[in-house]
Amino acid sequence: MDITRRDLFAAGGKLLILASVGATLEQITGAAPPSEAYQAAEHWWGMIIDIDKCIGCGNCVRACSNENKVPKGYFRTWVERYEVNEGTHPEEVQPHVESPEGGINGFPPSTREDLKSFFVPKLCNHCAESPCVQVCPVGATFISPDGVVLVDQNYCLGCRYCIQACPYGCRYLHPETNTADKCTLCYHRITKGLTTACCENCPTGARLLVDFKNPKDPVHELLRANKLQVLKPYMATRAKVFYKDLDGSVR
Amino acid sequence: MIPGVDGFMYPNEVELQWSLLIVLYPYITGLVAGAFILASLERVFKVEAVRPTYRLALLTALAFLLVAPLPLQLHLGHPERSLEMYLTPHRSSAMAMFGFVYLWYLTVVLLVEVWLEYRADIVRAAQTSQGLKRLVYKALTLGSENVSPRSRAIDDKVGYIVTVIGIPSAFLLHGYVGFIFGSVKANPWWSTPLMPIVFLFSAMVSGIAAVLALYMVSMKVKKTPIDMRCVDTIARYLFYTFIIDFTLEMLDLIHRTYEADESFRSLDFMVHTKLFASQVVLQIFMGTLLPLILLALTQLVKLTAGKRKAIYASVCPMILVGIFAMRWNVVVGGQLFSKSFLGYTSYKLQFATREGLLPAVGLMVLPFVIFLVLVKLLPPWEEKPAAGGQSSAFSAAARN
Repeated sequence: MDITRRDLFAAGGKLLILASVGATLEQITGAAPPSEAYQAAEHWWGMIIDIDKCIGCGNCVRACSNENKVPKGYFRTWVERYEVNEGTHPEEVQPHVESPEGGINGFPPSTREDLKSFFVPKLCNHCAESPCVQVCPVGATFISPDGVVLVDQNYCLGCRYCIQACPYGCRYLHPETNTADKCTLCYHRITKGLTTACCENCPTGARLLVDFKNPKDPVHELLRANKLQVLKPYMATRAKVFYKDLDGSVR
Repeated sequence: MIPGVDGFMYPNEVELQWSLLIVLYPYITGLVAGAFILASLERVFKVEAVRPTYRLALLTALAFLLVAPLPLQLHLGHPERSLEMYLTPHRSSAMAMFGFVYLWYLTVVLLVEVWLEYRADIVRAAQTSQGLKRLVYKALTLGSENVSPRSRAIDDKVGYIVTVIGIPSAFLLHGYVGFIFGSVKANPWWSTPLMPIVFLFSAMVSGIAAVLALYMVSMKVKKTPIDMRCVDTIARYLFYTFIIDFTLEMLDLIHRTYEADESFRSLDFMVHTKLFASQVVLQIFMGTLLPLILLALTQLVKLTAGKRKAIYASVCPMILVGIFAMRWNVVVGGQLFSKSFLGYTSYKLQFATREGLLPAVGLMVLPFVIFLVLVKLLPPWEEKPAAGGQSSAFSAAARN
């Protein structure tokens, strides 16, 4: 049979319409989540850390390391032990701080009894105005609609500008992927209604995942009833990890 | 205790992120900007005495500019993704603009200016040479073989405009590199609005010193007498620029010392220990004070041409090492202390790794190789006195 140019155009046109309808349907069905699915815009995640409850056991560091397969020698969360004198000694003005292997195995007993001693768990502060997000040259690191600072491992150049820009030392270059890596606030867990691995494994409840957008979240009562502080407030990063009873010597 | 660490570092801070290659990046772009600004002295500011170095300065700038992105590329965890910086630049990132600033400078400023400057020579070479050489020059003419006095006058006018655009572009190129560091608020060693301007003036110092050294070496190789009026003029500009650079750096130092904010104890300790050799000895004494004193001597005391030449020949390498040390102290120094201000780490320079000493040396040799090729292809001076004399007289006539 002879195929005229008109036939060819007609068949092509039909195919084109079919293909685009198919694509659109797929997009519509793919884009519309079931009603019970996680709605990112309804959350705004952060964490509250109660300094006085932390016993420096290192459970959180181990849990995070296992859950997120954190490469050895790098830390998405870690614990520091501060030993601070009264601040009036003429020689010893700096606090003594240590974090052996990020505190993953806990801490040896302190030998000093004349010092104030406490533990400070650290993690990405998921800043609302993140210097790390600001400097990324391609936008591979971004703030999710629910307030979590994440890195797209398939997009990151590995330039490490974000690592330089983080005032808290929370980022590192993953030795296997060669991309920037950091705490995701266990995004794979919190979007399923679970808490983070570190919070889940803290034996004293020193770490609490909070959702600032949830009116029923205990964070609102905690913020009202306590004096809370963020790390390095002068950096104006709007950090979302709040510390209860944080000593002024902590950096 | 972690080896190489004194005091307390945040655990992820122990490893340095920006290596020797990132030291090379501001060093090389600085040489480009400095060399170009020296070239513009003759072109825009009509400092006739530096004419013998005009083309040399342009070729130096081009040779180094071609190498400038390589250390960055080599440093990236994913070099294959670097094109994303052009395709999807993140508007709030200081670094995202590098590709555009670089391309602008390379294509709009430097290549155009070099081409316009050499056009008549290229056309003549295309007409007089044979074989492959002829083809290369023919391609370089870009199809335009019109070298009538009128066309050359247009070239000159356009060249002038390009240089006028080029000066702020050179400032932009290197001031911008300074901004990449100066805008990191998390790092008190970097975070100062003076950073772009300190980078700029140190760039001019290093670029002028590099061209002066290259000119003197070239004359030595060619066994041609050095034009003393030219080198004296360059040395004078070098001296003035260096004084401004030194003043700015001292201003930064005095300001930090006097303000003595929370980072001061930590940074001060670092300068007196881990950075002592590279900052105090290499950068300040050997790289700045000594060459400044020597340059001041040439300005204040009547010295013989031979002595002046000897001083210039010794001052240039000192300056080039000093400015390199300055870049090192900024880039590496800025990562040796903890952002907790409670400890220090060490930089372990490796040798034959991707970011080691070997590729760094290779990247520093490469611009000189490119420079030699460029000099061969586009001679900055008259190769044969008769023909060359004609050409320079020609371009001078076109310019006047």
